[in-house]
Amino acid sequence: MQIARVIGTVVSTMKNASLEGRKFLIVQTLDADLKPKGSPTIALDAVGAGEGELVFWCRGKEASFPFKRDETPTDCTIVGIIDSDAHVFQG
Amino acid sequence: MIIARILGTVVSTQKDERLLGKKLLIVKPINLDGTDQSGYLVSVDTVGAGFHEKVIVVGGSSARMAEGNKDCPVDSAIIGVIDEIDFTT
Repeated sequence: MQIARVIGTVVSTMKNASLEGRKFLIVQTLDADLKPKGSPTIALDAVGAGEGELVFWCRGKEASFPFKRDETPTDCTIVGIIDSDAHVFQG
Repeated sequence: MIIARILGTVVSTQKDERLLGKKLLIVKPINLDGTDQSGYLVSVDTVGAGFHEKVIVVGGSSARMAEGNKDCPVDSAIIGVIDEIDFTT
């Protein structure tokens, strides 16, 4: 899992039937200092995140686990919203 | 997941029987601003996408979970056609 910032949305009407009602967000992955790292990617939202929020995402097959409908085709899912930037601590 | 544009099609007659009836498309990964990234992917279409459309492509074992791809030997699937992209940098 990695920390990312939600920077936008992707609207798709014609999508796979198992994604009905799901929301796609554009996320920019951040490093430990909350600086952008790499290029933005598309993630499916499992927690009701919105633009500008700090979140963490899960990649791979596990990305489909948050959805009760067992077979959801996603390889990148937002699984949590971080309360604020100040809630990211480093030892 | 990545966004990509449809470049072309792949026609294959002799293929794994679980791929029968599946449409294979060549997609080019793109950046949010629409510029091309390097490389390409052969991806199974699950939504009826067409030439030059921008699509959402899912990779890895998750591609198999798309409706219509159950137990199919695929690692890349088109799961949505993009209407609109809205972002701030």
